[in-house]
Amino acid sequence: MTGKAKTRVEMPEQPEYIRRNNFEEVALGYTEELALMEAERCIQCRRPKCVEGCPVSVDIPGFIKLITEKKWTESLEKIYETNFLPAICGRVCPQETQCEELCILNRKENAIAIGRLERYVADRYYESPESLNEKGRLLSKREKPTGKKIAVVGSGPAGLTAAATLSRMGHSVVIYESLHKPGGVLTYGIPSFRLPKEIIKREVDEIKYMGVEIKLNYVIGRIKTLEELSESYDAVFIGSGAGLPNFMGIEGESLNGVYSANEFLTRVNLMQAWDEEYDTIIRKGKNVVVVGGGNVAMDAARSALRLGADNVTVVYRRSDTELPARREEIEHAKKEGVQFRFLTNPTKIIGDYGDEKVRKYDVKSIECIEMELGEEDSSGRRRPIPIPGTEFEIEADVVIIAIGTSPNPLIFNETPDLEKTKWGTVVVNDDLKCTKENVFAGGDIVTGAATVISAMGAGKKAAESIDEYLKNK
Amino acid sequence: MSYKIVEKEEVATDTFKMVFEAPDIAAAAKAGQFLIVRIDERGERIPLTIADFSSDENTVTTVIQALGKSTKKLTKMNVGESISDIAGPLGTPADVKQLGTVVLVGGGVGIAPIYPQISAYKNAGNRVVSIIGARNKDLLFWEERVKDASDEYFVATDDGSKGHHGFVTEVLKNILDEEKEKIENKTLENPKIKRVVVIGPPILMKVATQMMNEYPDVEIIVSMNTMMVDGTGMCGGCRLIVDGKVKFSCVDGPEFDGRLVDFNTVMNRLTIYKREEIERAEKYKKECEGGVCSTLD
Ligand SMILES: Cc1cc2nc3c(=O)[nH]c(=O)nc-3n(C[C@H](O)[C@H](O)[C@H](O)COP(=O)(O)OP(=O)(O)OC[C@H]3O[C@@H](n4cnc5c(N)ncnc54)[C@H](O)[C@@H]3O)c2cc1C
Ligand SMILES: Cc1cc2nc3c(=O)[nH]c(=O)nc-3n(C[C@H](O)[C@H](O)[C@H](O)COP(=O)(O)OP(=O)(O)OC[C@H]3O[C@@H](n4cnc5c(N)ncnc54)[C@H](O)[C@@H]3O)c2cc1C
Ligand code: SF4
Ligand code: SF4
Ligand code: FES
Repeated sequence: MTGKAKTRVEMPEQPEYIRRNNFEEVALGYTEELALMEAERCIQCRRPKCVEGCPVSVDIPGFIKLITEKKWTESLEKIYETNFLPAICGRVCPQETQCEELCILNRKENAIAIGRLERYVADRYYESPESLNEKGRLLSKREKPTGKKIAVVGSGPAGLTAAATLSRMGHSVVIYESLHKPGGVLTYGIPSFRLPKEIIKREVDEIKYMGVEIKLNYVIGRIKTLEELSESYDAVFIGSGAGLPNFMGIEGESLNGVYSANEFLTRVNLMQAWDEEYDTIIRKGKNVVVVGGGNVAMDAARSALRLGADNVTVVYRRSDTELPARREEIEHAKKEGVQFRFLTNPTKIIGDYGDEKVRKYDVKSIECIEMELGEEDSSGRRRPIPIPGTEFEIEADVVIIAIGTSPNPLIFNETPDLEKTKWGTVVVNDDLKCTKENVFAGGDIVTGAATVISAMGAGKKAAESIDEYLKNK
Repeated sequence: MSYKIVEKEEVATDTFKMVFEAPDIAAAAKAGQFLIVRIDERGERIPLTIADFSSDENTVTTVIQALGKSTKKLTKMNVGESISDIAGPLGTPADVKQLGTVVLVGGGVGIAPIYPQISAYKNAGNRVVSIIGARNKDLLFWEERVKDASDEYFVATDDGSKGHHGFVTEVLKNILDEEKEKIENKTLENPKIKRVVVIGPPILMKVATQMMNEYPDVEIIVSMNTMMVDGTGMCGGCRLIVDGKVKFSCVDGPEFDGRLVDFNTVMNRLTIYKREEIERAEKYKKECEGGVCSTLD
């Protein structure tokens, strides 16, 4: 029997000692009983604060109420009104700084686990038999066809959301994606132990059933230019993301065994190099050093553990409290055995084998220097400064650099009138319209690397602007 | 999506011409660009240079050397079968323009990517001299095609089984020296050879570039076949050092000014998976002999 829980209901997880050796999902999700217990805790605020924290304004009390009434399908339909990727968001949204942070209960008895509930409702539907037959699909309700054609570049969360929203408005939408699988970072970046590939496939399939066409292996800027898209479609949305990896510019970064986090994670996730049955190769290090402190660094570190490393060390130039990754992921990483060296910054990567001049065959170690925190910089964070003479080496056969990414550059190819900033992001106005006629943009290509849900928020907003634009055209 | 194999031919020992149906790519392709193909759900992403394309026939042509597991698997497939993915055209097209005389050098499987450049340079109004070479005559291919497309044509084999006995770089040197001599004894007023393009194994491109030090007024362009994953500038796996800066071969290249390329780093990086590749190829061979891959034969 279910009752109202006093505090937040925990979600079952795979035990650390097992999960650190596999790529299966860590968080196992609520059972019906747990979901009902958690849903009962929501006090159904009349003016719900939580909704303000959600970039796509999910009707949170609305869907939670339907859970308590066991109206599962209706609950999911409620979420779908504003969010087409609930099973994904429920897993990867930084809820603690968004919807859940603003939940009224956050101060007293812990915020409602909004993400976990969202995930439960979506998972339950995807596992149900009715979801597999064409008629049972929730998303297929579309407005009358408008006859307008829209091209979307990129199938990450921004592009998928823009496409789904526009399709529901009755427009006909084609997504162009350069990789062989849709999903953007969801597919190539975030590992399956946090976001299983089947979940992405299910939600992308729903969007396809809504009539969105996805053309894979289709690189805009090469096979067709943005100019050509803009001429042959009524409007274009660019959601091409920020995937260009940054390097540190230190000695030894070209040595074998030094990966960008993107390459490492792409090999692991998109290409499934961890699985012997797949053809893509990856170097499985024994001693792995990951440079950086964001979600990307955590994902790389935890993936390296699962590939069989003995030691995985995250090197971060500030202290524990400044780690930009989600707390939950940091805790997961620590429990699984990832070690952290705070206030430490790499100075060079040292190679091995052969004569110095011609061949530095492989990574042998990474030289680091200790740091201390100085004055606050413009971002309000204390700036790390190296302490002279504290250099030391960490043994490493794989080094993964996870110090951020920049916008993907290809889209600008042969498009002189698409203005960009000095950081390579696309310039847009408040309606997310670019400097180029009939072209809109949103997500990481506009903001630089951010979050799944902010990219979705932008996709949704751009869809509304495009709809408005087409009406007035 | 799937992409059908419409033609296949063994053009030289273990080297296959394979033609794929890919209308959109055929319409957009330019000389100097490449494709990334994936055989099936478990396949890796294999970069292959576009050796020819026809927008009338909706096809792109590649020439593939069966080296390791993936290229062996691919070249075992037959006409009528399909592979699951082709992305392209990738890379910046060759910077083809009117220069005067251009010498195009293709070594080994590099003969294939040189071919579309011959007609591109010719159409731009250049005189084209082609030099192709391989270890022996059985590894040569497309001799007639290259010859017909070029104004002047040379062959070299390491073992002398055809054409010049020696390396393509020696033939190149002869051509450049001949012109140098003519200028020195004033039978030629202005140099005609403006550019040399070399495509082939990294060691060939490195040696050719070094040799070009003696001809500082002639440009040297090379095509860098680094390891790649996405081919769109997203992984950085293809990075190399050009003029002291990190460049991504898949978007900034694959063609670069040879004099600016740090070849040693590139050649070192190409060896990263050597051990794994050998293990994998052995495993694949064993499995195939066991009959597991008989469906591919
Ligand atoms: C490892 C990792 C972990 C992360 N973890 C989290 C997390 O836990 N929670 C969270 O909220 N956020 C996380 N993020 C950030 C989040 O994933 C991104 O902010 C979000 O995916 C951005 O969405 P997007 O649609 O703008 O771009 P992307 O997801 O980058 O999608 C862009 C798509 O466009 C395609 N594309 C690019 N150029 C072209 C072109 N020229 N032609 C055609 N297609 C093109 C790309 O292939 C890609 O598929 C993480 C990021 C990474 C890398
Ligand atoms: C831009 C580009 C264009 C290319 N064009 C062609 C082409 O037109 N025809 C063709 O046959 N090959 C081409 N290659 C090389 C081809 O991609 C590799 O031979 C192939 O990926 C090897 O895969 P495999 O699994 O068969 O062999 P593996 O087992 O991966 O490797 C077998 C052997 O090939 C070497 N090798 C692996 N990758 C490369 C590489 N990228 N370049 C050179 N040697 C490599 C390895 O060192 C090893 O000795 C190109 C590569 C790039 C980057
Ligand atoms: S989409 Fe994300 S931010 Fe919005 S309610 Fe769901 S978990 Fe919270
Ligand atoms: S703020 Fe918290 S308690 Fe109030 S409606 Fe939102 S989730 Fe429920
Ligand atoms: S192949 Fe990934 S960036 Fe070039």
